[in-house]
Amino acid sequence: MTVSSAVEAIVTSEYEHGFVTEIASDTLPPGLDEGVVRAISARKGEPEFMLDYRLRAFRHWQTMTAPRWAQVHYPPIDFQAISYFSAPKSKDGPKSLDEIDPALLETYTKLGIPIEEQMALSGIAVDAVFDSVSVATTFRTQLAAAGVIFCAISEAVHDHPDLIKQYLGSVVPHTDNFYAALNAAVFSDGTFVYVPKGVRCPMELSTYFRINARNTGQFERTLIIAEAGSYVSYLEGCTAPMRDENQLHAAVVELIAMDDAEIKYSTVQNWYPGDAKGRGGIYNFVTKRGDCRGARSKISWTQVETGSAITWKYPSCLLRGDDSVGEFYSVAVTKGRQQADTGTKMIHLGRNTSSTIVSKGIAAGEGEQTYRGLVRIATKAAGARNHTQCDSLLIGARCAAHTVPYIEVKNPTAQTEHEATTSKISDDQLFYCRSRGLTAEDAVSMIVNGFCKEVFKQLPMEFAVEAQKLLSISLEGAVG
Amino acid sequence: MLSVKGLRAKVGEKEILKGLDLEIGRGEIHAIMGPNGSGKSTLAHVLSGRDGYTVTAGSVTFDGQDLLALAPEERAHLGLFLAFQYPVELPGVNNTYFLKAALNAIRAARGQPELDAVAFMRLMKERLKVLHLDDSLLKRPVNFGFSGGEKKRNEIFQMAMLEPKLAILDETDSGLDIDALRIVADGVNALRNPERSVILVTHYQRLLDYIQPDYVHVLARGQIIRSGGKSLALELEEKGYGWLGIEEAA
Ligand SMILES: Nc1ncnc2c1ncn2[C@@H]1O[C@H](COP(=O)(O)OP(=O)(O)OP(=O)(O)O)[C@@H](O)[C@H]1O
Ligand SMILES: [Mg+2]
Repeated sequence: MTVSSAVEAIVTSEYEHGFVTEIASDTLPPGLDEGVVRAISARKGEPEFMLDYRLRAFRHWQTMTAPRWAQVHYPPIDFQAISYFSAPKSKDGPKSLDEIDPALLETYTKLGIPIEEQMALSGIAVDAVFDSVSVATTFRTQLAAAGVIFCAISEAVHDHPDLIKQYLGSVVPHTDNFYAALNAAVFSDGTFVYVPKGVRCPMELSTYFRINARNTGQFERTLIIAEAGSYVSYLEGCTAPMRDENQLHAAVVELIAMDDAEIKYSTVQNWYPGDAKGRGGIYNFVTKRGDCRGARSKISWTQVETGSAITWKYPSCLLRGDDSVGEFYSVAVTKGRQQADTGTKMIHLGRNTSSTIVSKGIAAGEGEQTYRGLVRIATKAAGARNHTQCDSLLIGARCAAHTVPYIEVKNPTAQTEHEATTSKISDDQLFYCRSRGLTAEDAVSMIVNGFCKEVFKQLPMEFAVEAQKLLSISLEGAVG
Repeated sequence: MLSVKGLRAKVGEKEILKGLDLEIGRGEIHAIMGPNGSGKSTLAHVLSGRDGYTVTAGSVTFDGQDLLALAPEERAHLGLFLAFQYPVELPGVNNTYFLKAALNAIRAARGQPELDAVAFMRLMKERLKVLHLDDSLLKRPVNFGFSGGEKKRNEIFQMAMLEPKLAILDETDSGLDIDALRIVADGVNALRNPERSVILVTHYQRLLDYIQPDYVHVLARGQIIRSGGKSLALELEEKGYGWLGIEEAA
C-alpha cells in the first residue's frame, strides 16, 4: 500500500460519535432579532444587567459584517436560518445525577465520559453541556471546600453577579469581532470557574460539549478567573452528531490570570467534520483569549483539533504583567475536505514577558490548513522573548499546508525566533514499518503521534492518552 | 523453506529480474553477490512485498505459502525480515517503542500474548549485549540522525529482537568499520540456528570470512548465473565478474 492509498482509506473512515440522541427539547424557531435575545434571557431568568449586556452586543452585531479574511472557503452563513436556543426539556435544572434524563447520561457514556465513574474514581470534575444547557456538574462540593467555584455560567449569573459584571467581556469585549458580538448576544450556557487567591485547584476541571439538536448553533461562553498565586487546569472536549447541514459553533473563552497565577487550558476538539464530499460538519469559529493581567502569571493553551468542517480560531495571550508567560501548543488535523485556519496571537505588553508557540499541522486527503500567528512586541516590552516552532506533516499529495507568521517588534531588546518545517510520510517509511510487522494504519498513527509528541506532553496524562487514541481513530482505516 | 521459481519482475517498464531461481533450505546461509545494478536489492524488495514492482512471471513460496499474495506485514508475521541497504529514518518515533510495537504485532499475529514492558526490556538488554550496541540509540527516534554504521547495526539489532525465520541482509556490511563488521557478524552467528535461514547480499568476500555461507550465488542480468560453495566467493574476489562473462558494472 502506498501513502496515497492509505490516505484514501483514512479519508473514508467513519466518524465515531455521529449518533443522535432522541430527547424532547425546547427549541426556539430559527431567526435572530431583539425578541430572540430577550427570549433567551427570559428563559434563563436573567437579571436586568445581563439582558442589557446582550442587547448592547446584539445592536453592535447588527452593524457588523461577517469577516472573510481567513484562508477557508464556505458559502455565506444565513444567520436567520439558525435556531439560537435548544435545551433538553425538563422543569428545573437537575439537582443530582438521578434527576438527569437517562437518555442524556447514555449519550455521555457513548462518548466515553464516565460521569458516574468519574465521581467515584478519577477525581475529575465534569461539567457537561448538552446543546445549550449545562446538565451535570459533579464534584461541586469538594471544589467548594477549596473555595473554587465551578458551575454553569448561567448559574454564575445568578449566584455570583458581581464577578460576572466585573469580568465578563473584560478580555473579549463584545466589540472585538463579529462572532464575539454574536456570542455575547445569544450565548446560552458555558462554564464559569473562579479560583481564589493562593488556591491550587485540587482536581482537573473538564467540560464536554456536545451539539445534538438539528440546525442549532452552539454559543457557549467560558470564563475562568485565577486570583493571585492560584493554579487551575481545565480541559474541554467536543463532539457532535452527523448531520448533513453545517452547524455553527461560535464560542468565546476568556481567561484571567492575576499575579503569579497559572491557567492551563486544554482542548480536545472532535466536532463532526462532515462527510468525504464535504457535506455537513461543524463550523468552529471561536474566540479564545487569555489575559495575563498579573506579574509572573502564566497561561498555556494546548489544543488538539481533529474535528469540524472548518476551524477558525486563535487562542491568544495578552501578556500584560511583567515577567508573564504565554504558551500555545497545537495539533491540528485536516483530512477529507476539512479546513483549518488556526494559530495564536502573543501580545507582549509587559517587561521580560516570554511566549512559546509550538504548532503541529497534519493535512491528509484534500485537507487544507493554515497556521496564522501574530507575535507583537510593544514598545514597553523590554526583554520580551518569543520562540515559535511551526511544523507541517503532509500525508498524500492533494492536501496543503500554509504558514503565515506575522511578527511586529517595537522594542529593540526583544528576541524572536521562528522555525518552520514541512515533511511528508513517505512510501519508504510506510514500507519500512510494514516490513517490521506493523500495519499501514499503525505506521501512520505511530509517525503522526511521534510528530505531535511535544504537544501531547503538555496535556494532562489521561487526556494525552485520549488525544493519541483520537488521532489514531481519526486517521483510521489506513489498511485497504 | 523459500523457493523462488522463474521470477520475473519489472520496475515501471524496465524488467529487472529475468527468470530467477533460488532454493533456500532451513538453517542455511546463502550469500548473493553480483555487480551493481544487477537486481539484488530488487529481489530483496520483491520478496518482502514493497510496492512499485510488478511480478510478471514465476512464483515464490515460503514455508509452503504463496508469499507474493501477502501484504508486507503478513510476510513479517510469517517470519521474513529484511535488513535494508538504506535503513529509513522515522523522526519522532522512539526506537524502543517502535521495536516493542513491531514485536507485539508479530506476536499477536501468531496468537502469542503480548510481551509486557518488563519482559520486553529484559529481552532487549540481553540482545543489546550481543551486538555491543550503545543503548542511547534506543532512546532516539528510529534511525534518525544515526551514522551509517549505527543504522546498519540497528537493523541487525531489530533482527535479533524479531527472531525471523528468514533474514535478508542487504549489504549490511557496507559502511561498517572493521570492528563493527565483526560485531555484526558475531550477532548473525549468535542467531544462527537450524531453524533460521539467512540471505546475505554482499560485495565483499571479507564478510564471508566471518559468516560462513553454505552457498554462494552470483546474480547478474536479473538471474542467478552461477552457484557454488564458499570457494566461489574467493574466486570472484580474485578474478572479478569479468571471468563469468559479464561486465563489472551492469
Ligand atoms: N524505481 C526504479 N525506477 C527505475 N529503475 C530502478 C528503480 N529501482 C531500481 N531500478 C533499477 O533496477 C536495477 C537494479 O537495481 P537494484 O537496486 O536491485 O541493484 P543492486 O543489485 O541492489 O545494486 P547495488 O549493488 O548497487 O546495491 C538498477 O539498474 C536500478 O537502477
Ligand atoms: Mg542493492
